[in-house]
Amino acid sequence: MPIKVENLSKIFGKRTKEATKLLDEGYSKEEVLDKTGCTVGVNRATFEVEEGEVFVIMGLSGSGKSTLVRLLNRLIEPTEGSVEIDGQNLATMNKEDLREIRRTKMSMVFQRFALFPFRSVRENAEFGLEIQGMDKEERSKKAEEALELVGLGGYVEQLPSQLSGGMQQRVGLARALANDPEVLLMDEAFSALDPLIRKDMQDELLDLQEKMQKTIVFITHDLDEALRIGDRIALMKDGSIVQIGSPEEILTNPANDYVEKFVEDVDRSKVLTAEHIMKRPETVDYDKHGPRVALERMREQGLSSIFVTDRSRNLKGYVTADEARQAREDGVQKLSEIMKTEVPSVDKETQINEIFNIIHDSPVPVAVTEDGKLRGIIVRGAVIAALADGNEVDADDA
Amino acid sequence: MLDNIPQIPVAKWIDLGVDKITDWFSFIFDPVQEGFGWLLDTSAEYLSMVPPIIIIILIALIAFFLSGKKFGLAAFSIVGLIFIHNQELWEQLMYTFTLVFYASLISVIVGIPFGILMSKSNIAQNIITPVLDFMQTMPAFVYLIPAVAFFGIGMVPGVFASFVFATPPVVRFTNLGIRQVSDELVEASDAFGTTGSQKLFKVELPMAKTTIMAGVNQTVMLSLSMVVIASMIGAPGLGRDVLSALQRAEAGTGFVAGFGIVILAIIIDRFTQSLNKGK
Repeated sequence: MPIKVENLSKIFGKRTKEATKLLDEGYSKEEVLDKTGCTVGVNRATFEVEEGEVFVIMGLSGSGKSTLVRLLNRLIEPTEGSVEIDGQNLATMNKEDLREIRRTKMSMVFQRFALFPFRSVRENAEFGLEIQGMDKEERSKKAEEALELVGLGGYVEQLPSQLSGGMQQRVGLARALANDPEVLLMDEAFSALDPLIRKDMQDELLDLQEKMQKTIVFITHDLDEALRIGDRIALMKDGSIVQIGSPEEILTNPANDYVEKFVEDVDRSKVLTAEHIMKRPETVDYDKHGPRVALERMREQGLSSIFVTDRSRNLKGYVTADEARQAREDGVQKLSEIMKTEVPSVDKETQINEIFNIIHDSPVPVAVTEDGKLRGIIVRGAVIAALADGNEVDADDA
Repeated sequence: MLDNIPQIPVAKWIDLGVDKITDWFSFIFDPVQEGFGWLLDTSAEYLSMVPPIIIIILIALIAFFLSGKKFGLAAFSIVGLIFIHNQELWEQLMYTFTLVFYASLISVIVGIPFGILMSKSNIAQNIITPVLDFMQTMPAFVYLIPAVAFFGIGMVPGVFASFVFATPPVVRFTNLGIRQVSDELVEASDAFGTTGSQKLFKVELPMAKTTIMAGVNQTVMLSLSMVVIASMIGAPGLGRDVLSALQRAEAGTGFVAGFGIVILAIIIDRFTQSLNKGK
């Protein structure tokens, strides 16, 4: 268990003892502010983050999520509670031990990148290692490896100001990874990037995560982002965690009105239809083409099956690669002899949640039809991606 | 009613204080006066021995490269320095430069650590700020009096008075520069486990460099303005010519020596500024 957080609170102000007592008695954040003048930043947060997990903490601004992540590496001193990392309690340890943890076990990526403007990209990535006192050659080698990992191998001598926002945040990520930490804290790491770049970075983070298997605590105010990258999500409101669960649990089983309101706009399966997620189909002509053409086309496109239509694109059936190969060897000339006519198909107005059930059992992509004519195909991945993804939907809805 | 309050003998106390300090610390002041005075004199003498043309060419070259290979500052330096030489003020210029150089050096060496201290501690800031205000607003002439008591007459008390008068800007700007470093960079530094001194030298001072250099520039300019005043206690240099012209009401010689100071000021100012711009 890399991170175990128990009853972690942060109260800003002078009369923190009193405020803690009031919170324990069940008073709300506003009442505490009224009575003591103290602001509750984080209110008795308790959670555990598994090894290799992407744990997303999400909430609107002012919900305490940024304070919470800073309590995890004690950039902000906790008022109460414990943060255990590998069995050591960070909240009470002395300065030297804390420094050691920060140097070797946790790294942080910041919303506004927080790169050192007077240092080159490589020197930025080296920073953590330099602090540890690693010699120049070794640290610059490690820094370059980290930069290579995030795709900035060719920019090591540039200054941060010469890079775009997305690239700057890659440097921030490389700087955090160069230390080879167990835990990566990412504070709204992609929020300052424009939507397209943000999506790229999310994908890249997931790719990296597949290779590295770090424990990641990711802060965001964007539910789409949370759903995309989170293995589990903690929702925060007024300094308290209101629900922790997998993306599915959060979507299907909101713990209270607040969560429900949050996810309301996001239940995309209700608004998305087959048309939104279909791809252009690869087809062969029923009258003109034989198994050879079908096979050749599948080989070109890397498909294992292909749809068969007539001249006016009426869907006739499909042919699989195995059968086409067999037919070629047997000298079969006509597609009709090897074609399967039972095609999983949906109308283009069908909603995604219905498609999900059909595609789940289907050996081939689902055909999308309009009045019997083939309009597109849907692969399994597209359905899943669409359920978690915001940007494409916004673009299509507009 | 106000007349009934007896006059508080502040002046006497200060006199007494200065006397006592002079007595008690003479074991420091005397060797400083001798050793440092020797250093100043020798520096200025050696500098005066260098053929002026070599110095002029050297300054012009430095000006050329510092200003990014532009001719303006170099040309000005050549013309200005030749003018000073032509007016037979070269030796005075060397003395003035020596005085300014050492005075600002001491101000910067002492000032920057105090600035750092102020930036790290609000208590230190609250104590030091009024001291700096006092140092800057007290008429500069006043410092000459204890300076003479401590160090006699000549260059050393001049450097001392200049130090008192010119140090505040570099202290203030260092404090400001470090406090202005963005929170996120400080957090980033902390998050990677820096010690206090690592944070200072690897993040805060580099980030504050431009601001600190602006303070250094101010300090150098102020110590230059002190050299005229310091001539009243026997510091040699261009200031002495200004002073004697004043005493004899000779506008011409006064202005000529004044031009010399202006030329030196402009060259020093542009030099320190272009150092700041860096690459």
